[in-house]
Amino acid sequence: MKDSKFKILVNGLITENPIFVLTLGMCPTLATSTSAINGMSMGLATLFVLVGSNVVVSMLKNIIPDKVRIPAYVMVIATFVSVIEMLIHAYFPALYESLGIFIPLIVVNCIVLGRAEAFASRNTVFRSALDGIGMGLGFTLAITLLGVARELLGTGKAFGFIVFPDQYGALLFVLAPGAFIVLGYLIAIMNKLIRPLTPKGE
Amino acid sequence: MTYILIFISAIFVNNIVLSQFLGICPFLGISKKINTAVGMTGAVAFVMTISTIITYIIQKTILHPFDIEFLRTITFILVIAALVQLVEIILKKVSPALYQALGVYLPLITTNCIILGVALLVIKKDFNLVQSVVYAISTALGFGLALVLFAGIREQLSMIKLPKGMDGIPAALITAGLLAMAFMGFTGIVK
Repeated sequence: MKDSKFKILVNGLITENPIFVLTLGMCPTLATSTSAINGMSMGLATLFVLVGSNVVVSMLKNIIPDKVRIPAYVMVIATFVSVIEMLIHAYFPALYESLGIFIPLIVVNCIVLGRAEAFASRNTVFRSALDGIGMGLGFTLAITLLGVARELLGTGKAFGFIVFPDQYGALLFVLAPGAFIVLGYLIAIMNKLIRPLTPKGE
Repeated sequence: MTYILIFISAIFVNNIVLSQFLGICPFLGISKKINTAVGMTGAVAFVMTISTIITYIIQKTILHPFDIEFLRTITFILVIAALVQLVEIILKKVSPALYQALGVYLPLITTNCIILGVALLVIKKDFNLVQSVVYAISTALGFGLALVLFAGIREQLSMIKLPKGMDGIPAALITAGLLAMAFMGFTGIVK
């Protein structure tokens, strides 16, 4: 509760990065990071849902009875997911195709429910919104990084721009095993970099 | 014949965990011992089969005819959450032995993307009811296979000393990557 507002924001970005540190929400991370653009879009969609659900949950925290809070949170989250699903379907049909069932699956992304339960249900609306933005950006950052790494290693491009010459290509990294391996190494690198920043005993 | 194809493809070729990336959380979290992996598989198979049947019926009798498919996500997750609770209560009364075996894993299943994922995939693939059930069961078996294999490897892995940064999740992910590579060998069995 004593955390400053700035700290809440940075918390999600680095010290409690949802993917690198908390390792939550792995399914969409692995599945949609086939290219940098896909990863980033997924991250932004999740950001939208996170902020929306965090704000609504923190507004309703005194109304929702304790016993049914989880189903109530899930309903709030599902509403926002439906909104973003319809928006993507309407304005970015190609993206809708490539992300496929992972858009509706944001509902069961552990980060969203996790933040609603752990943060939004006991903090003010403004703080919850900040937490949603921080966590969402942290998620977007991580998934984009993974997307860039996989696209670069797999096809020699980054965001569709050619970095390595044409002949280069290691398709493995775009396929399923590459997702696991690249994320494994990324987390190992992050462990090395982030560990010294987190307070002892955490 | 199509049923056998669905069966083999769901277990080996398009393994739900290793090539479709659903259910990674239990895959990484629970797969430290073979026993728990088997328990989780049982619970998933049980709930997934029932939930797929119910969501399929809802899709065909309510959502599709009334043209309210935009409510699919919200309806399905509600049905699944309620169903898990219901299964837990019924199991406790009817079969305490089974409840003992699966009990702890049941609440975890609501937020397991495998259940919702399969419910959505079945509709996307335009399966009929029997095909959906076969698909649900074989997907659960594929999940179980991946989980048990992975648990076996991790039991061995826990005995060796790893560099500090690699210990835990990174090592598990890279192991999963190698396992996924092995499963890629099945590509081409089913066209």
